[in-house]
Amino acid sequence: MRITPDEVRQIATLARLSFTEEELTELTQHFDTILTYVDKLGELQTDSVEPTAHAVAVSAPLRDDVVTNTPNAAQTDALLANAPSRKTHFFRVPKIIE
Amino acid sequence: MSHYALTIHQAQEKLRAREVSAVELSQAVLNRIQDTDQHLHSYLTVCAEEALAQAETADRTLANGVTPPPLCGIPIALKDVILAQGVRSTAGSKILEHFVSPYDATVTQHLKEAGAVIIGKVNCDEFAMGSSNENSAFAPCRNPWDTDRVPGGSSGGSAACVAADQTCAALGTDTGGSIRLPAAFCGIVGLKPTYGRVSRFGVVAYASSLDQVGPCTKDVRDCALLLEVIAGYDPRDSTSVNRPTPSYTAHLERGVSGLRIGIPQEYFIEGMQPEVETAVRDAIAHLSTLGAEIVPISLPHTEYAIASYYIIAMAEASSNLARYDGVRYGYRAAEVEDLGALYQTTRAQGFGSEVKRRIALGTYVLSAGYYDAYYVKAQKVRTLIRQDFLSAFEACDIIATPVAPTTAFRLGEKLADPLTMYLSDIFTIAVNLAGLPGLSVPCGFDQHGLPIGLQLIGRPFDEEALLQAGYAYEQDHDWRARKPPL
Repeated sequence: MRITPDEVRQIATLARLSFTEEELTELTQHFDTILTYVDKLGELQTDSVEPTAHAVAVSAPLRDDVVTNTPNAAQTDALLANAPSRKTHFFRVPKIIE
Repeated sequence: MSHYALTIHQAQEKLRAREVSAVELSQAVLNRIQDTDQHLHSYLTVCAEEALAQAETADRTLANGVTPPPLCGIPIALKDVILAQGVRSTAGSKILEHFVSPYDATVTQHLKEAGAVIIGKVNCDEFAMGSSNENSAFAPCRNPWDTDRVPGGSSGGSAACVAADQTCAALGTDTGGSIRLPAAFCGIVGLKPTYGRVSRFGVVAYASSLDQVGPCTKDVRDCALLLEVIAGYDPRDSTSVNRPTPSYTAHLERGVSGLRIGIPQEYFIEGMQPEVETAVRDAIAHLSTLGAEIVPISLPHTEYAIASYYIIAMAEASSNLARYDGVRYGYRAAEVEDLGALYQTTRAQGFGSEVKRRIALGTYVLSAGYYDAYYVKAQKVRTLIRQDFLSAFEACDIIATPVAPTTAFRLGEKLADPLTMYLSDIFTIAVNLAGLPGLSVPCGFDQHGLPIGLQLIGRPFDEEALLQAGYAYEQDHDWRARKPPL
């Protein structure tokens, strides 16, 4: 195996995911199959090749430093309407500081 | 012909001649959805009330006598990753089951400005991750030609609803073949535009360096028409490219005389369904009789595309999907102790298994110690794949290949093994890595009556050449005359 269930559990924690033992066994198997498959990239000599992040040249465009979205109550409400829990115009979360 | 079966350009004529009203057209489509969707599950949300209101507005515009906007009164469906203000947008995921978008995607805005009627939101694989639509958290969409088979994914709903005449046209998104594969499996026309041609603002992100919105239509003319409406620079998407949008419909009839069509040997492989190869080769031969020059080419790094793609796409997905944390919108797990548990439990319960698999693998390839070996390596191979295409385009103007090695497979057939499923995208994925436009055009049926797709690949921003070649082929092959048995 390329990877152990414990390593996959550690990855899950980093990704803020959790899995049952059964799911973990299956996922470890899938990791193994997929990592073995992508190993074929190792057949290619790429020392002098530049990596591509975007297929077209992308630069960070700049705009004038002016306010383009003046706050509006209706829009704020529409945004907050999707909150799983809210108090007035705030998102509500479990207590984070003891 | 029933109103619901109209193409965009046919509907345009009838609406303008006042042979049919926009309300009648939308009502016919809504009835068709009502009559057929229990067999297909194309739609996740039908916007009946809003659609009829938009259609009434369109009828008033049409009655004015001035030239109406291009899509005035035409029903269009949106893949459920494309936001429409005030409408539920689930991205095929439980985690967004009750999410109502507070704003329009740029493409939705363009459609509305063009007078379109947003008829509903259509099914897809969860967060556009899949090749069969079976990863939808709600119900798998089914292929109208055989409901035991998949429509392809991830834009399965977009292709199925067009094939089944449940709309005039639809928008999908394509990250590794997600428009072209379902278009081929369902026998419709689908286009993935050049990366940067169409704005991604307001489109739920999967892999941002690969995602692109595109048309799913009944014929090539509709595809050109719809692309014309949605394409263009958008300051709200930093990757959208600032160059003028040509009129794709204006030169559609130019033909293929003198066009050099490259045929890559790597795309005709052992194990392909023989009928697919025959149909695609026949289509190419036909283009040659119309005056195109056929040129053998090679894309030597083709066999590395899937490995490169899945590393890059999963890495980008793991980063993009970090936003679903149960705090600001979407599902939140009940009764958790602290914020850490809130994140973890929300995501464990809210995401489906394929999405979790891709987030986990993406996290792995980006983690310390593996970043160079996997992520950077995949990006370097991406460079080689892109260079393959750029050198090929010195000898040819467009490239012709099959869209997929087989016709539509059965539900469940590839579910157990993720790698087998990923291999369905073997002929479409390199196009996304290279950022090129790719068009899927119907080119026949197999012995089971399942559609086959021809893929045409173009130079960056040369969608025109693809549409012209697709149009020329389509004029001599009326595959659309055959309808799915619904």
